Amino acid sequence: MTVDIKNLTKKYKERTAVDNLSLSIEKGEFFALLGQNAAGKTTTIKMLSCLSTPTSGDALMLEDSIVQNPTAVKQKINISPQETAIAPNLSVKENLVFIASIYGSIKQEAEQKAVEMMKKFGLLERAKNKAKTLSGGLQRRLSIAMALISNPQIIFLDEPTLGLDVRSRRDLWKILLELKGKITIVLTTHYLEEVEALADRVGIIHGGKLHALGTIDELKENTGHSSLEDIFLTLTEEEI
Amino acid sequence: MRYLAFASRNCKEIFRDPLTLLFGISLPIIIMCLFSIMQKNMPFDLYSIENLTPGVIVFSFSFITLFSGMLIGKDKSSSFLMRIFASPLFATDYIMGYALPLIAVAILQIVICFISAFFLGLSFNANVLGAGILLIIIAMLYIGFGLLLGTYFTDKQVGGIFAIFVNVTTWLSGTWFELDMIGGTFKTIGYALPFAHAVDATRFALSGEYADLILPLLWVIGYTIIIFVISVWGFKKKMKS
Repeated sequence: MTVDIKNLTKKYKERTAVDNLSLSIEKGEFFALLGQNAAGKTTTIKMLSCLSTPTSGDALMLEDSIVQNPTAVKQKINISPQETAIAPNLSVKENLVFIASIYGSIKQEAEQKAVEMMKKFGLLERAKNKAKTLSGGLQRRLSIAMALISNPQIIFLDEPTLGLDVRSRRDLWKILLELKGKITIVLTTHYLEEVEALADRVGIIHGGKLHALGTIDELKENTGHSSLEDIFLTLTEEEI
Repeated sequence: MRYLAFASRNCKEIFRDPLTLLFGISLPIIIMCLFSIMQKNMPFDLYSIENLTPGVIVFSFSFITLFSGMLIGKDKSSSFLMRIFASPLFATDYIMGYALPLIAVAILQIVICFISAFFLGLSFNANVLGAGILLIIIAMLYIGFGLLLGTYFTDKQVGGIFAIFVNVTTWLSGTWFELDMIGGTFKTIGYALPFAHAVDATRFALSGEYADLILPLLWVIGYTIIIFVISVWGFKKKMKS
């Protein structure tokens, strides 16, 4: 088991952002955390990537606790945040080399990895261009390449296609599908078609609580609905 | 040594921003030239190059506060800081990574301003080297203010706050006129803050009056420590939240 979440809870004063979340994610699985805005998806990702300390509960990431041993966890994971988190005045290659370096690669190794990533993500032609000159779609590609250059065993993708046009979104899907099975991917999104196209399993989160967990077929069977949209609307309607 | 990779990134971000060259490097030189021209037509010795150079260099450090505050503010708002907070870097790596490139900017400002001052009549002697080293210590105060602003405010807020900061540091530092000329509450406030002490210490160093620079230097160092402690504490707190 790669990710083992046990009763994870995050409270901000009176508001409970994530409420007693428990689930497991297998090695190489493409897991999607689906929910509306403010459902608790990003807060969950922040806790799992050691950016935010849980109020209670814990999660084991490849046997290391996010509470007890965040430094060990950080070596094994990487994240592509919701906003395109790139260094605007650095070139595409420099952005990649920088991330590889802070994860411990020496210069030569970092440059070699950067070239590999640029080839994989179709960024080689733009290697010397400043990141701020790239289109929104290419910036997202770079952002995900930056998350992958450290060879993480688990990667968190927080709404990676938010705000992208249809073509850019589909291009990114292709890249993500190629990663499937190779590393454990935890994706948060509120695009249902994205989940259907990419995910092995889905967790539907609403009001900080996990409302459903399983493959899309399992969710259809359990709820009696024929589409993910109907399942999602039914499961998130009860709380309104 | 991972902080060096972070420092290198920050260095590139700062030096590739045209505002750095315009405000951090060009503006102090222009000001020094203008005030030197004014001095030639003045009946009294207000903007002599020995008096003007320390004030202008300390004034130019205000822009270090702007550069560092804006850089950290932008990193926060673009989630770049979130990405690197998820990396195995430690709090000290971030502080070093942000501070080191700004020391490089400060050294560049010191060197360029002194070279300009030599062309405007400043004589070169050992005191210039002493003043240069002292100015690097003073630059740390302004780097600390930048870390403080960047930690607590967004890049847009930093821009607005800097407009106030640069006025306070300039008018209350004795850069353009001696605070004794106004005296009273204005002078008291000026000397309760570190900026006038920074200018005084540099002037004493440049004129070789080393015994007199100890007290103003202690004011500057005291403020620097306080500002850095608050900044680092705030930064670590932000990392955990």
